[in-house]
Amino acid sequence: MKTSMLNKFAFAALASAASGLAHAATPAAYTPTSRFNLQTPVTEIARQIYNLHDMMMIICALIFVAVFSVMFYSIWKHRKSKGAVAANFHESTTVEIVWTVIPFIIVIIMALPATRTVVAMKDTSNSDLTVKVTGYQWKWGYDYIRGEGEGISFLSQLATPRGQIEGADAKGPTYLLEVTEPLVVPVDKKIRIITTANDVIHAWWIPAFGVKQDAIPGFARDTWFRAEKTGTYYGQCAELCGKDHAFMPIAVKVVTAQEYTAWVDGRKKQMAALGDDPNKQWTTAELIARGEKVYQANCQACHQANGLGVAGAFPALAGSKVVETKPDQIAILLKGKNAMPSWKALSDVELAAVATYTKNAFGNKSGEVQPAEFKAARK
Amino acid sequence: MSAVIPNPAAGHAGHHDHAHDHPHGWRRWLFATNHKDIGTMYLWFSMTMFFIGGILALGIRAELFQPGLQFWKPEFFNQLTTMHGVIMVFGAIMPAFVGFANWMIPLQIGAPDMAFARMNNFSFWLLPPAALLIVVSFFVPGGATAAGWTLYAPLTVQMGPGMDLAIFALHIMGASSIMGSINIITTVLNMRAPGMTLMKMPMFVWTWLITAYLLIAVMPVLAGAITMTLTDRHFGTSFFNAAGGGDPVMYQHVFWFFGHPEVYIMILPAFGIVSQIIPVFARKPLFGYASMVYATASIAILSFIVWAHHMFTTGMPVTGQLFFMYATMLIAIPTGVKVFNWIATMFRGSMTFETPMLFAVGFIFVFTIGGFTGLILAMAPIDIQLQDTYYVVAHFHYVLVAGSLFALFAGTYYWLPKWTGHMYDETLGKLHFWASVIFFNIAFFPQHFLGLAGMPRRYADYAMQFADWNMVSTIGAFGFGLSQLLFVIVVIKAIKGGPKAADNPWEAADGGLEWTVPSPAPFHTFETPPTVK
Repeated sequence: MKTSMLNKFAFAALASAASGLAHAATPAAYTPTSRFNLQTPVTEIARQIYNLHDMMMIICALIFVAVFSVMFYSIWKHRKSKGAVAANFHESTTVEIVWTVIPFIIVIIMALPATRTVVAMKDTSNSDLTVKVTGYQWKWGYDYIRGEGEGISFLSQLATPRGQIEGADAKGPTYLLEVTEPLVVPVDKKIRIITTANDVIHAWWIPAFGVKQDAIPGFARDTWFRAEKTGTYYGQCAELCGKDHAFMPIAVKVVTAQEYTAWVDGRKKQMAALGDDPNKQWTTAELIARGEKVYQANCQACHQANGLGVAGAFPALAGSKVVETKPDQIAILLKGKNAMPSWKALSDVELAAVATYTKNAFGNKSGEVQPAEFKAARK
Repeated sequence: MSAVIPNPAAGHAGHHDHAHDHPHGWRRWLFATNHKDIGTMYLWFSMTMFFIGGILALGIRAELFQPGLQFWKPEFFNQLTTMHGVIMVFGAIMPAFVGFANWMIPLQIGAPDMAFARMNNFSFWLLPPAALLIVVSFFVPGGATAAGWTLYAPLTVQMGPGMDLAIFALHIMGASSIMGSINIITTVLNMRAPGMTLMKMPMFVWTWLITAYLLIAVMPVLAGAITMTLTDRHFGTSFFNAAGGGDPVMYQHVFWFFGHPEVYIMILPAFGIVSQIIPVFARKPLFGYASMVYATASIAILSFIVWAHHMFTTGMPVTGQLFFMYATMLIAIPTGVKVFNWIATMFRGSMTFETPMLFAVGFIFVFTIGGFTGLILAMAPIDIQLQDTYYVVAHFHYVLVAGSLFALFAGTYYWLPKWTGHMYDETLGKLHFWASVIFFNIAFFPQHFLGLAGMPRRYADYAMQFADWNMVSTIGAFGFGLSQLLFVIVVIKAIKGGPKAADNPWEAADGGLEWTVPSPAPFHTFETPPTVK
C-alpha cells in the first residue's frame, strides 16, 4: 500500500503541536488511521481517490508557491518606504493569453485521471454479494438480497452508552463509532450496496472504502466496494437527517470467506430461533415487556422516554387520542403520517408489543393489541 | 421628500451645506430616499446580523470544543448551524454588499442618487421584518428550523413552525434583493455621467452590475423551491415526496441552481472592492481591466452550469458527473486570471500598507487557498469522499469569510473617510486585520484535517480522533469572534471624530469620482453630472 509522502510531511510538521493536546491514548483495539489526511485506503477506489488528492495537493502547492512568491517578492521590494517608483504598465495581451492557456492545460491534466476513477466508481455490475442499506432516523437497516447470506436482515444502531455521550462515563476508543451489529462482508469480493431510506435523506459512508452514497427515501441508488483487507471499518451518516444525525454510525466487518460462511450459518440459525409466531395469543404483560424494548429502540428518539415528545416537532403519546383509538394507532404505525415514518418493516409481534406498551405507559390505560390484529390490518 | 423639519439646534451646523435639506430624527431613516442614508442603514443592519450570526457560530464551536454533549441538545445544535448559515448569508453578507452598492455606485458613476429612490427605501425596510421572523423562530414551539441552511427536503417537512417563519423570511429577503438588483441595474445603465462608457466604469460597479443580473435570475428560483416546500408541508402536495410521485433530489437541483450562482453573488462584489483598492495602494493602474471584466462575466455565466457539483453523492449518471466536474474545473481559469491580474497590479508598484490594503492583500492570499480547495473539491471522486465533511466547511469559510467578509472590511476601511469625514484609527485597524487573519486560520485551517480524516459536518458530537483539531478550531473561532469587536470600535470612533479626512485621503491618482466630492460626502452629490474624459 502506497503511503503518502504528504501525509508524512504533514504529520512531521504538526505532530508536535497535536501531541500537547492529545487525549487519552487510543488502545490498540482501534487506531484511527489518520488525523491529518484521508484514511488509509482499503479498496482500489479509495486508493485512487487518495492518489488523486495527493496529486492535486502537489500541483496546487506548486502553483501556490510560484504565484505567491511573486506577490511577496513584490510586497517586499516594491514598497513606497523603500523608495519604489511605480511603473505604469497595465496591459499585455501576450501575458494574459499565457496565463489563461496554461491553467487550462493544467486543468485538463487534472481531469484525465479523475475521469477514469469516476467511470470505475460507477461500475456496479458483476457483484458477488448485494446488500440493501436502508437509512432510518436514526439507524441503519441491512438486507442481504443476493449472494451468500441472502435473506439475512437486521438493524444496526449506535452502541455507545448514553453515559459516555453526556459525560458521566469515560469515553471509549470507538466512541460514537461502535454499533450494535456491524455489516459483515467477505474480503476480496465485490459488494454492491443499494441504498434507500425510510424517512429523510441519509448518506452511507465508509471513508476507508472511498464509498459515500446518499440514501434517498423512495429511490434506490447503488455503489460498490471490494475490501482488500480484513478488519472493522467505521463510517458515519454524512447527510443531515435530523436530531440524531451524529449518532447513527456505520461499521463494516470484513472477514475471510470461511469466517463469512460461518457467520451466515450462525445468523440464519439465530433468525430461525427468534421467529415469532404472529398467530399466538400474547398476554398483556408479555406484550408490554417486549414493547418497552421495541419502544426504546425505535420510538424513544422522537417521542422521548417519558412519552411527552418534543413540542412542535414530535407529538406526545401520553394522553394521545391516536394511542387510545386502536384502528388509528394501527394505521399510523403501518402507514406513517408526516414526520412519522411507516414501521411496517417491524414484525407483527413487535408492532403489537409496542402498541400495547404505549397504551399502558406514560399514564395511558387503554387495553392491548394482539399481533394477529396487525397481521389482519396489513392485508 | 417634502417634509422638511427645520431643526436649527442640530449639532452639525456648518458641517455640510445641505444640513437643512433633509428630515431629521426617525423620519430621516424611516422615509429615507437618499442612497447614502439607505446605504448606511443596510450596513448597520448587516453588522447587527453579523454579530447575531457570530454568536450562533460561537455556540456551535463551544459545543464542539470537546467530544460529548456539554451545552446543547443535538436538536438545538442543528438549529444553531442552520440559523448561523441563513443569517450570515442572507442577513450579513448580502445586505452588506447592497449597502456598499447604495453608497458607492451613485458616487462612482456620478449619479445624484439611485434610479428608484422609494423602491430603494422599500428594499431596505423589508429586511428588518424578515430578520425579526428569523430571530423569533427560535422561540416558537420546536424552535428554529434545523434542516441546514440548504433546507433539504424531506427533512424540512418534519420541522415545526420555525420552518414556515424561515420560508417567509427568505421570501421577503428575496423580494428585497430583486428590487435592489432592479435598482442597481437601472442606475448603472441609465445614470452614468456623460463620458463614462461601460468600459470606463470602476470595477466595483462592473462586478455589481453582473451580480445584480445573477440575483434577478436566481432569487425567483429559490422562492420557487421554498414555496414548493411550504405547500408540501401544509397543502398536501408531493413535489419532494416520493410516495406521492415527487422526488427529494429535485429539491436539491432547484436549490443549487439558485445556490451556486448565490456563492458568486457573495464574491463578485468582493472582487470589485479588491480591484478598486489594490491599484490605489500600489499607485499603479489595474492590470488588465478588460480581462477583469470578461473574467467576471465568465464566472457569472459558468455559475449557471455547475450546480450539480454539490450533489455528486446523490448518485447521478456517469455523464452527469463528468459534465459537472469539467464545468466546475473551468471556473478555476477566470478566477486564476483575476488573481494574476491583482498580483501584476502590485508588481513594480509603489506600495503602502494601510488597513484597506492589508485586508485586500490578505483577501488574495487566503481566498486563493479557498479557491484551491474548491478545485480539489471539483474532482468528483475526491468530492464524493469529502462531501458533507469539515473539508467543505473549511473551503466555504475560506471563500466566504476570508473572501467576502475580508473584502467588506477592506472596503469599509477604504471608504470610511468618505462616509464619515474622519480618518479611522490606523493602529486599531491594523490590529483588527492581524487578529482576524491569524485567528481565522487557527479556526478554519484545522478543519481541512478534520474533513480529510473523516469528520462529517453538522455533527453535535464526534469520535475521539477528531478531538484535537476541534479544540484548536474552537480557540481560533473565539479569537476571531472577539477580534470583530475591534472593528465596531474603529467604526464608532471614526463616526465620532478623528483627524479630518481629505477629499482624496488615499491620494488616488485615478481612483474614481467618489474622491472628487468633499469628505464626508454631502447629503446630495452630483446634482450636476460631472464629465468623464
